[in-house]
Amino acid sequence: MIELDNVAYSYGGGELLSELSLQLAPGSFHFLTGPSGTGKTTLLKLCYGALRPTAGQARLFGTDVREMDRDAVAMSRRRIGVVHQDCQFLDHLSLAENVALPLTVAGEPISPQDQNLRELLGWVGLTSRANALPPELSGGERQRAALARAVISSPEVVLADEPTGNVDWEMSQRLLRLLVELNRMGVTVLIATHDLQLIRAAKSQVQARVLRIVNRKLQSAGVDL
Amino acid sequence: MKVSLDTLRALGRGDKAGDRVVPPTGFTARLTVFVAAAMAFLAVFALALSLAAGRLATSWGEELARASTVRISAPSGQVATQTEAALRLLQQTPGVASARALSEAEQQALLEPWFGPDLPVTELPVPQLIEVTETPEGYDAAGLRLRLQAEVPGAVLDDHARWRKPLVAAAARLKLLGWLSGLLIAAAVGAMVTLAANAALAANAQVIAVLRLVGATDAYIARAFVRRFTLRALSGAAVGTVLGVAAVALLPSGGETAGFLTGLSFRGWHWALPVLVPVLSAAVAFASTAVAARRVLGGLS
Repeated sequence: MIELDNVAYSYGGGELLSELSLQLAPGSFHFLTGPSGTGKTTLLKLCYGALRPTAGQARLFGTDVREMDRDAVAMSRRRIGVVHQDCQFLDHLSLAENVALPLTVAGEPISPQDQNLRELLGWVGLTSRANALPPELSGGERQRAALARAVISSPEVVLADEPTGNVDWEMSQRLLRLLVELNRMGVTVLIATHDLQLIRAAKSQVQARVLRIVNRKLQSAGVDL
Repeated sequence: MKVSLDTLRALGRGDKAGDRVVPPTGFTARLTVFVAAAMAFLAVFALALSLAAGRLATSWGEELARASTVRISAPSGQVATQTEAALRLLQQTPGVASARALSEAEQQALLEPWFGPDLPVTELPVPQLIEVTETPEGYDAAGLRLRLQAEVPGAVLDDHARWRKPLVAAAARLKLLGWLSGLLIAAAVGAMVTLAANAALAANAQVIAVLRLVGATDAYIARAFVRRFTLRALSGAAVGTVLGVAAVALLPSGGETAGFLTGLSFRGWHWALPVLVPVLSAAVAFASTAVAARRVLGGLS
């Protein structure tokens, strides 16, 4: 679905990632780890077309990112749900409207009372906050709302950047369970995190591959966690 | 082009959800509406000025094209001979379409307002008048005067229409200035909307980033802004136009003897023309927002 082939990315002078290859197969569950500043977020951005590799090839659903125009990238976003590290919302719209935003911009708006939307909000435990504005939400609520928004258009891939960054252990477990549940429904999941405890917790629930960025390259980290 | 057509269609249809994705910005919105209204008000005056100047140029032009006169004052015995000589000469002059000596009855009619109907024209040394009609190219007045002087000593060319020429030119220029003002007003509306749209796009950079993230195309994002600015320009210009037309309608009229100042108004079907002002303002706003949005969005990653 998403393939990186010998990809390099450099900001200005220094090369952040080089000779990096990754294949996200349908239904797979990946963790991406490594210390802060090693390029986890950059790698995720390469995976959803927000950045274009400076060398090598990135393919989204079989199409080279270099050959995709801005509209094609926008269309591919409808098949990739992204949970940002700093979840951004439209602050003037209610939580329910924000969660439904991917459908709105795709030209299939649904009402805040829509059954599927209510079920989704229930699934992430935000039913009672449906009418709240994003600035009124706590960190954990924002993370869960971002997850709900990422999955409302039934994406084939969910990319999550530190989805448990701002939440306590209890909440991070809950978010993880939601992602594992999605994966069981056939969704490909890639989670970037430096939280090794979370990865350990996941291993008991799902067969996950753990990737680590070391020296600008991607390594498979297995048993040593 | 496809984007614009889609946008036009969406404009007509209206899109509540699409409108809501961009937060409302009260102050800029009111400024845009105000400037559109002010510009529309001015545009109505520029339009009225152009149309009035056009009417003036036409009516003066028609009088100018009509005629000039040759007047023959000679001792009574020579009038007939000199008239014939002058007519012959005029018929040979390039630029003269026709020359015709006025009959006694016509001369009497001309004098009647001043001397009353009982004036015995034949017994008075009233000069003979020759009506000269010019071709569109006109004749060489100085040359004709010299030749008349040489061959018909009693003839005086009364070139009474000539003084109107600079006035017609001035009226035509005024008309041109009116249209030019209209163009400048349209350009100013375009510039104002472009600035406002750029400000709105910059102020909503985060909104645009979120929309891109969830899969909105540039056309969708642009549409939200274009629709907003087009409707603002349309409503503002509509108010300005109504006020402008009312102001023109309330100008005191000079009636039959209308001069230029009192003639500054619309006539007949011209009253329908100001309707174009809001439509054009909306079109200008539509185009300039679309261009601004495309430029800003195209520059994003």
